[in-house]
Amino acid sequence: MIFLNGQDSDLRTGETVVGALARLGLSVDARGVAVAVDGEVVPRAAWETFALPRDARVEVLTAMQGG
Amino acid sequence: MSTTRSTSSSAADLAVSPPQDTRAPASRQPASHSSGSLDEQLTIAGRTLDSRLLLGSGGFPSLELMADAIRASGSELVTVALRRVDPAARGSLIDVLAATGVGLLPNTAGCHTARDAVLTARLAREAFATEWIKLEVIGDEDTLLPDAPELLRAAEELVDEGFVVLPYTTDDPVLARRLQDVGCAAVMPLGAPIGSGMGIRNPYNLALLRQAVHVPVVLDAGIGTASDAALAMELGCDAVMAASAIARAADPVRMARAMRHAVQAGRLAHAAGRIPRRLYATASTPEEGLAEFS
Repeated sequence: MIFLNGQDSDLRTGETVVGALARLGLSVDARGVAVAVDGEVVPRAAWETFALPRDARVEVLTAMQGG
Repeated sequence: MSTTRSTSSSAADLAVSPPQDTRAPASRQPASHSSGSLDEQLTIAGRTLDSRLLLGSGGFPSLELMADAIRASGSELVTVALRRVDPAARGSLIDVLAATGVGLLPNTAGCHTARDAVLTARLAREAFATEWIKLEVIGDEDTLLPDAPELLRAAEELVDEGFVVLPYTTDDPVLARRLQDVGCAAVMPLGAPIGSGMGIRNPYNLALLRQAVHVPVVLDAGIGTASDAALAMELGCDAVMAASAIARAADPVRMARAMRHAVQAGRLAHAAGRIPRRLYATASTPEEGLAEFS
């Protein structure tokens, strides 16, 4: 089971970060977005190639009002 | 009468003057520190800013009101937080901020450990293409006070990774110096807890902190209204960060304008060199030539 932003997801092992973005309605050129998988940043340049490992915890973050 | 007055006035001076006044009472020299002359722009890590007011983007009733307040404040640097994408969210904060022309200062709000703060900073760099990070590592849920050891650890690591680190810190002069020593580009001491609106609870500490470091000092947290911002600048701070004080004011745009003027007024007053506080009156009209009527 791959978790996307803390929720169960239908993402499969081996899908790329692009798949995770798509589940949230985002494309690869989304502005102000960053992705971490299992506590490590996945740089934008690697989104299309980075394959999600088994039981990955994917965090897709963006700007929120704060501070 | 006159002897009583002269002996008590020096003690009274100590009692009512903040530390920098007792060191240089009635100085005619304009106050000077790292920020230099009055007209000089604020420079942090080589970046110059015309406005000495930083804004938080949180707490505004709407994005439109936030944008209007930013314009009214004249601020060039606005903080943003990093949170999970909400597919149902309406309006793009990034686009609204971009339209105002401000620079983004991402923060690590909500982080409780150095590890989380460092990862959040790396993600912010990725998301917003900026090396700048307002580093917050919170140690207590009720007061939102910084966790000093974790803050210092995170600051050191982020500086090593090439970040421009602006740590939200307490008003402890020693901690501020330690943060400067590990390479922070500025320090952001609190005046009072975040969102408390309590103003600057310990102006003496803030004045000591100002003397303890040479990097810019940005008063962060505690500002409730314009006079608090003016006081921060009068105490020698290089800039003020206002968030809740503007966003949660009944009229955020008007308060943003008030803060803009307060920061300018406070800086002017600091540069002008205030008179020392005294318990007794000092006549401003000479006694010579006073008529005698009886």
